[in-house]
Amino acid sequence: MEKSKGTHAELAEQFNKDQSRVDWHDETLFWIRNKRDKAAGKIPEWEALREQASAIKNNVLSNLHTYLEDFEKRALKNGIQVHWAVDAAAHNQIVLDILKQHEITEMIKSKSMLTEECQLNEFLAVNGVDVIDTDLGERIVQLAKEPPSHIVLPCIHKKKEEIGELFYKHLGTAKGESDPQVLTAAARVHLRQAFITRRAALTGVNFAVAETGEFVVCTNEGNADMGAHLSEVHIAAMGIEKIIPERKHLGVFLRLLTRSATGQPITTYSSHFKKPRPGQQMHIILVDNGRSTQLGRPDFRNSLKCIRCGACMNTCPVYRRSGGHSYHNAISGPIGAILAPNLNMEKHTDLPFASTLCGSCTYVCPVKIDIHTQLYKWRQVIVKKGFADPAKAAAMKGMEFTLSSPARYRAAGKTGKWILKHVPVMVNNRLNAWYKHREMPAVPITSFRDWYIKNHKHD
Amino acid sequence: MKVGLFIPCYIDQFYPDAAIATLQLLQKLGVDVTYPLNQTCCGQPMANSGFEHLTAGCEALFIQNFADFDYIVSPSGSCTLHLKEHLHSDHAPKTALDIRTKLYELTEFLTDVLEVKTLLARFPHRVGMHQACHGQRGLKLSQMSELVAEPFSKPQYLLDMVDGIEMVELTRPDECCGFGGTFCVAEEAVSVKMGKDRIADHVSHGAEFITSTDISCLMHLEGLLKRNGSKVKVKYIAEILNAS
Repeated sequence: MEKSKGTHAELAEQFNKDQSRVDWHDETLFWIRNKRDKAAGKIPEWEALREQASAIKNNVLSNLHTYLEDFEKRALKNGIQVHWAVDAAAHNQIVLDILKQHEITEMIKSKSMLTEECQLNEFLAVNGVDVIDTDLGERIVQLAKEPPSHIVLPCIHKKKEEIGELFYKHLGTAKGESDPQVLTAAARVHLRQAFITRRAALTGVNFAVAETGEFVVCTNEGNADMGAHLSEVHIAAMGIEKIIPERKHLGVFLRLLTRSATGQPITTYSSHFKKPRPGQQMHIILVDNGRSTQLGRPDFRNSLKCIRCGACMNTCPVYRRSGGHSYHNAISGPIGAILAPNLNMEKHTDLPFASTLCGSCTYVCPVKIDIHTQLYKWRQVIVKKGFADPAKAAAMKGMEFTLSSPARYRAAGKTGKWILKHVPVMVNNRLNAWYKHREMPAVPITSFRDWYIKNHKHD
Repeated sequence: MKVGLFIPCYIDQFYPDAAIATLQLLQKLGVDVTYPLNQTCCGQPMANSGFEHLTAGCEALFIQNFADFDYIVSPSGSCTLHLKEHLHSDHAPKTALDIRTKLYELTEFLTDVLEVKTLLARFPHRVGMHQACHGQRGLKLSQMSELVAEPFSKPQYLLDMVDGIEMVELTRPDECCGFGGTFCVAEEAVSVKMGKDRIADHVSHGAEFITSTDISCLMHLEGLLKRNGSKVKVKYIAEILNAS
């Protein structure tokens, strides 16, 4: 899989070379944001639901160990084999070991952002296991050898003509065919073959219920069900934060999830898996991979409330105009920008800065994660850890020196001259990034202060 | 009631007319308003860049200048929000927290404290309202489209008192303009695209002027408008509320 190279700003600049494509990407995602608004607007108690979901998740985070142990106990009783993975490597190894046990070298997989986070496909490929992703969007990016650009809509960055070209190359559709219905039908035939022949299926987990030991997988395509029901071995991979205390809480989360994600009232399939059918093996892998570290960061722990709906991406004016790949992380967008520095701060120092702090993400979030506040706080952490660009750090110190003294501030220039010279907003970049597409503010005849002294004699 | 006028540094230096309109508007409404001469900056440019630890000097100055007022009013939603959320002092922690509660952005001071019912202002033009994010989502100056909640708008309530003004509807009434402090240069490409898209929304609905509760957004939009030779102008809201 080809990973994007460069900082968010560099990759976003590349993305912006084709403005009509940016417009198309922006409008497509904003259309989904609008659908979300309409769907949410039909629920008079929407804000109360958000509050309730947030409270349930807060309770989960404060009692995570208890719920996980409850879940394990009941899942085992139901006949599910439970595995604990401390990190991505452990998770990947567990999957490989299960497959080896059954001498399986071909697996199908429904959408799981966790396996993207763990780079499972790459690991399995090296170890001789072929994986076919069965979510249509994921299959498309898999054929294109790209990572998903969005957690709910993995190929939202691709136009139907580009998908037609991929299918022509890989699935034998007619050259130039781009009718979505024809392409979907071709994918259906191709995936049916995989469903019927492959013996192992991996699914993600949207919710795991501590009370019952069952887990719930939400899809629109039914691909998780097709895979799981036809397989000898069903492996489910879940982040430990996906646990909810009781089944009745699904009544809160399922109402919020898809309305927030795509504006649908509910996913087409919300499938409960509780025990393996006779002759089948069912495994669940509980993955930490940095989550307990995040739980130990008071300012950032509530990012673990995330139910992966993608609403923060669809609403983010920066995401819509920079594309998911510019975030160079399995989870992109605002939520990715607050999760990524936890896993690898040095690699993701740019992400918390890829935001205007407009706050829209925080208020569409169905579980009330204070995303933009956490972006601000990550900035402080990143600078304190010494990851700031030295030129920027020097400029900031210069600003501090001038602005903390009225005399120095005034001596620096009676009008805008000082700011034009020293404020990083104006000169942070050698090429003066402000001036590339914007005129500088006009320097007025007098500052307000001087005008005030002249016009308002004090008693 | 003694009111201190806080004019953020970039407004002092680049947009004195906006500051003058703010002062005159308050005086017109009978407010006893003073501009402390030793003020500089709220510290937000450093803090939003991750250098919050460098803002103690600015904060100390702010406290020194404004602690004695009953209210502090500013023509910037963004700087007001920053101070309301972050102003602190190791030497006088209580004073700092006390100041936070006395801080008002101009329009919310007019609607919530002065409870203005009428204004003598005339501005016979087509105007688009740019919702500045920090004022809207941060200070709750108006309802945001993200929430399922009753609409309201303090700035619009005031603009409705202006004679002859015609507001234009926007396709996206509360999308960010892309200024974002250092974001506007650090993420230049996206910032510029966001600004262009906002402008296109106003222009396509026939706005002659774009107004806002934050001048920083307008500075960014004005830079783009001027570069492209547009006839559309920006005007800080106090300049409209004070127009005759």
